[in-house]
Amino acid sequence: MCSSRIFGEVKTSKQYTVGSRQSCPCLLQSAYCQLISMKNWLKIVAVVLLVYVHIGGLLFETPRLNILNETIRALYFHVPMWFGMVLLYLLSVYYAIKYLRNPLHDYDTKSVAYANVGTAFGILGMITGMLWANYTWGSPWHGDPKQKGAAIALLVYFAYFVLRGSLNNEEQRARLSSIYNIFAFATMIPLIFIIPRLDDSMHPGSGGNPGFNAYDLDSRMRLIFYPAVIAWFLIGLWIVSLRVRYKTIEEKILESEL
Amino acid sequence: MELLKKEFVLELRRKSVISGLGLYLLSIIFICYLTFNLRQNAISPNIWSALFWLTILFSVVNSVAKSFIGERRGALIYYYTIASPQQIIFSKVIYNTILCLVISLAGYVLFSIFIYNPVQDQVTFFLTLVLASIGFAASLSLISGIAAKANNSNVLMAVLSFPVVISILLMAVRVTKNAVDGIDRAASADELLNLVAINCIAGALGYVLFPYIWRS
Repeated sequence: MCSSRIFGEVKTSKQYTVGSRQSCPCLLQSAYCQLISMKNWLKIVAVVLLVYVHIGGLLFETPRLNILNETIRALYFHVPMWFGMVLLYLLSVYYAIKYLRNPLHDYDTKSVAYANVGTAFGILGMITGMLWANYTWGSPWHGDPKQKGAAIALLVYFAYFVLRGSLNNEEQRARLSSIYNIFAFATMIPLIFIIPRLDDSMHPGSGGNPGFNAYDLDSRMRLIFYPAVIAWFLIGLWIVSLRVRYKTIEEKILESEL
Repeated sequence: MELLKKEFVLELRRKSVISGLGLYLLSIIFICYLTFNLRQNAISPNIWSALFWLTILFSVVNSVAKSFIGERRGALIYYYTIASPQQIIFSKVIYNTILCLVISLAGYVLFSIFIYNPVQDQVTFFLTLVLASIGFAASLSLISGIAAKANNSNVLMAVLSFPVVISILLMAVRVTKNAVDGIDRAASADELLNLVAINCIAGALGYVLFPYIWRS
């Protein structure tokens, strides 16, 4: 990672420039510049795709299926949330591993930001799923294995934030939460991917119900579904980069005030 | 393993801790018995297995929690000088496995005395107990190491361990259901293999990650 290397240099050079206020704006700027990890065109792509997904997802034709009917459109908004959550958590774990290999403060900030946004995606996925379940299954909470698995996955990351909250030493907090992040993620995988498949589930895509990749996801829906996944994921990355930048600038300001 | 021996010696020396654990287990089971206020087939096998695993879970979390939380700071520094982190986590996991196994066996005996014993397929049930004990020990030892560093470690221990342990617990409950009903062993082979796989993941991660906890 190029940006992290630069950041490392910034951190080391900081040690002998502390106290001299002149270097601060320059440091701020360099930190600011290299932390715009997301290219502008990607943001534009995300926004354009999302506009397309909202228009297309609500207006385009979908296959008629029993029970599902129009609620099939939830696919465009519900499933990308889970995809986004898993991908963001994966990135969070990636930075946690990087932190353990090379303890730079930057990695920790990124890891937390990814976990934060991943959790937000998870909660949104839960809400959209419950909305959908209300109309197709009859009640928002149905005790479906997938719902339970998802709820537990969210609990893992709530526990992660509690752990971070209860450690005062900054370095210790970063290291221990990285360890827990990796450990929890690795034990969460069996939960959301294996256990629901052992059980009968009413969730589309399992237990013989129509779902993903089955006959109902025809080419018309793919046309919207794939852009939706990409767009939501890009939005997630965007929020993460904003959070990381915000955090970094906040820390810089705090440092310059000291 | 010298460290393993030390764990046992220390544990046997602290008689009050062991008797405390035994009493804890006994009182939980007695409370179950009193609150249900029923005997003999009055509770269904499903409820039996749920109660059983809940009891085991709480006793195990409490007993494993003290594996790092209870240690004094000086003792930890002393271990640090004489052994590598891998050896330490290894000895802790083995010791905790045996502890968990003893607790779950004792719980099983007490359950069959106070409530009743619906298990038909003993072999599968014992296999589940052993595998679940390994899983609990492997994951809880690491969590205990993390929680020991924090301020309110006892609360944190419960919060952190619950989501991690739940996959083991779900598998165990599933196999227990099969064992209680006396279903053919082939039916629960999948779950047992899953338990083994989860144990492997937890063990390997503990082995890899523990040195990072230890370093502080």
